[in-house]
Amino acid sequence: MENRDIRIEVPVLARVEGEGALELSASEGRIDTLRLRIFEPPRYFEKFLEGRGPQEVLDIVARICGICPVAYQMTAVQALEQAFGVQASSQVMHLRRLMYCGEWLQSHALHVHLLALPDFLGFDNAIAMAGKHPDAVRRGLRLQRLGNDLIRLFGGRSVHPVGMRMGGFHRGPDPDRAATLLQELREALPDAEALVGFTASLPLPDDEQEFVSVALRHDSEYPMYSGRIVSDRGLDVPAGNYLDHFRESHVAHSTALYAHLDGEPYLVGPLARLNLNHDRLSPPVRAALEATGLRLPSRNMFHSVIARAVEIHEVVLEAIRLLEAYSPEEPAHVPTAVQAGVGCGATEAPRGLLWHRYETDEEGKVLSAQIVPPTAQNQARIEDDLKCSLEAFGLHNDDDALRLRGETVIRNYDPCISCATHFLKVRVERR
Amino acid sequence: MPVTSRNQTTALERLNARENARPRVAVHKFSSCDGCQLAFINAGEALLELAQLVEIVHFAEAGPMDPEAAVDIAFVEGSISTPEEAERIQAVRSNSRFLVSLGACATSGGLQALRNFNADGATGWTEAVYAQPEFINSLDTATPVAEHVKVDLELWGCPVNARQVFQAVRQLLFGVAPVVDKDKLCVECKRQQHVCVLVARGIPCMGPVTHTGCGALCPAFGRDCYACFGPAENPNTASLSRRFEGLGLLPEAVAQRFHFINSHAPAFRAEWLAWKGRS
Repeated sequence: MENRDIRIEVPVLARVEGEGALELSASEGRIDTLRLRIFEPPRYFEKFLEGRGPQEVLDIVARICGICPVAYQMTAVQALEQAFGVQASSQVMHLRRLMYCGEWLQSHALHVHLLALPDFLGFDNAIAMAGKHPDAVRRGLRLQRLGNDLIRLFGGRSVHPVGMRMGGFHRGPDPDRAATLLQELREALPDAEALVGFTASLPLPDDEQEFVSVALRHDSEYPMYSGRIVSDRGLDVPAGNYLDHFRESHVAHSTALYAHLDGEPYLVGPLARLNLNHDRLSPPVRAALEATGLRLPSRNMFHSVIARAVEIHEVVLEAIRLLEAYSPEEPAHVPTAVQAGVGCGATEAPRGLLWHRYETDEEGKVLSAQIVPPTAQNQARIEDDLKCSLEAFGLHNDDDALRLRGETVIRNYDPCISCATHFLKVRVERR
Repeated sequence: MPVTSRNQTTALERLNARENARPRVAVHKFSSCDGCQLAFINAGEALLELAQLVEIVHFAEAGPMDPEAAVDIAFVEGSISTPEEAERIQAVRSNSRFLVSLGACATSGGLQALRNFNADGATGWTEAVYAQPEFINSLDTATPVAEHVKVDLELWGCPVNARQVFQAVRQLLFGVAPVVDKDKLCVECKRQQHVCVLVARGIPCMGPVTHTGCGALCPAFGRDCYACFGPAENPNTASLSRRFEGLGLLPEAVAQRFHFINSHAPAFRAEWLAWKGRS
């Protein structure tokens, strides 16, 4: 009989940073306790927002995350427009979706190629991998650049873009640059389509688990900017009812808050979205997905990398469609007003459901703000997953193998810690 | 904190005295959004080229990991906001020949430095945001790297501009001190021939006091600069504030213009203090 305390430490975490550690103690091949400890220095964003007007809110929330600033701006603008009773035009809705496609594309391309792929091809990192697999790395960098260029079209820069405002955009995309980008997206389409089959051919572990998927669902679109919040256990509510079902709590070992759905952990992100919305994919993407033989809904978190590839294919097609339909002569924003009110917003960030709530005064300034990011929602699920998958993997494996498997599992969620979990340290105390 | 040219030469001499021509480089993260290190990660092919020109020994987000390694050039992203970070920045400094602060958080404290002006300190906010405040270990302030250790080059911006970052790397590879344009945003805006949003439309634009470097993005979009690149050299903040007042801004609104992304930068902090009490 073997009893050992296994301690996996993450000395430096990027984004969810500072001290982070995975601690587990096990006996007789079973895990007794497991805790993913995350220490992100508190930055108090919800307090900075108090007293600020709508444009300042958009400029502040972008700074919550350098990798998905657009998601934060989109969710905030949706919530504030609801509070102010502003109705965006269909032109504005299309342009928002187009810009959001850019963020999905850059974030997913970065994750698939630079963060996740080294795990499955056996490298420490993408820079080391570039020597052996230059085409894969370059393909990723090309798709990532296209995503960033799409964001720039609307915001001048891809990190903390400046173009969004209440009611739409300060300026619509420049027609010449939009035309150039449209051409580049068409040229990238074969890359995006091939990526679906490529990720499905990777040697992904087989690890079926029970979990609840949560995502937005829209009448006709693959969910991104709008929809109701649904789960595969029958939940179906508008964004405004989020707090009736979801609860955030705080535990000693983490500065990220934990969210639960009716008391249970749940999954948000690409695999949850695909599980709940694969019938909303466009026909070419559905065909590419069917060719892989992947059965949906999937209960294997390692299929997340395929889900990201599917979504890359979808957003490239969607961006082409939206750019073809773009009419520069229509106004890029609608008239707006401010009023005292309450508004909730829910959109799909690349990493999953993002929810905001604002209460405003009659000048449109924020009285209180609440933000629930995707990583907080996934945190309880990640712990459950680690417990199951490390047991299934086998605790008899040596520390390095356990560490690598633990890191790979965590990276499936593309949490903001995916980068640094590469370097989990394992300490085993044998009793 | 101003960096004297004499100090910079010393650090540069240390850098130029390194053993290998190919410098060892680290990218460290403190309290931040990760957006500035994306200047490297979003660089595409240039990132692969950079990996040839320098040896990237620590860069958690990109993969390589060796936080305690001795390096020739250290890029530091983020402000110092926890006791652990206050210790770690000392180690980073002693392990580096040349230290660059990368972006607003590292250079001025960034957006999270707004906590520094909260009368109750961070404790009150911790109690408001977290259900179990006793679990949170945080300093009352988020401060720039230069308030803790000597910084050899400051790169401003929220986020930094990739062109600026790669230019600095190239100049350091040539063994010369990087030159940073410290002019006002207005100069760049005029060069690009944008219609002035302040003069033509009466929008309270921060361009006249803001450090150039972004490429005058906001005026290009027809909106006001919000000073994400921090104060320019010798900014006439008092004059701009009076202009804002003339446009009809209440004192509180004037104060808020300076109390934003670079609130802890001395020139902006002073102007905020000058206006926040007036009514």
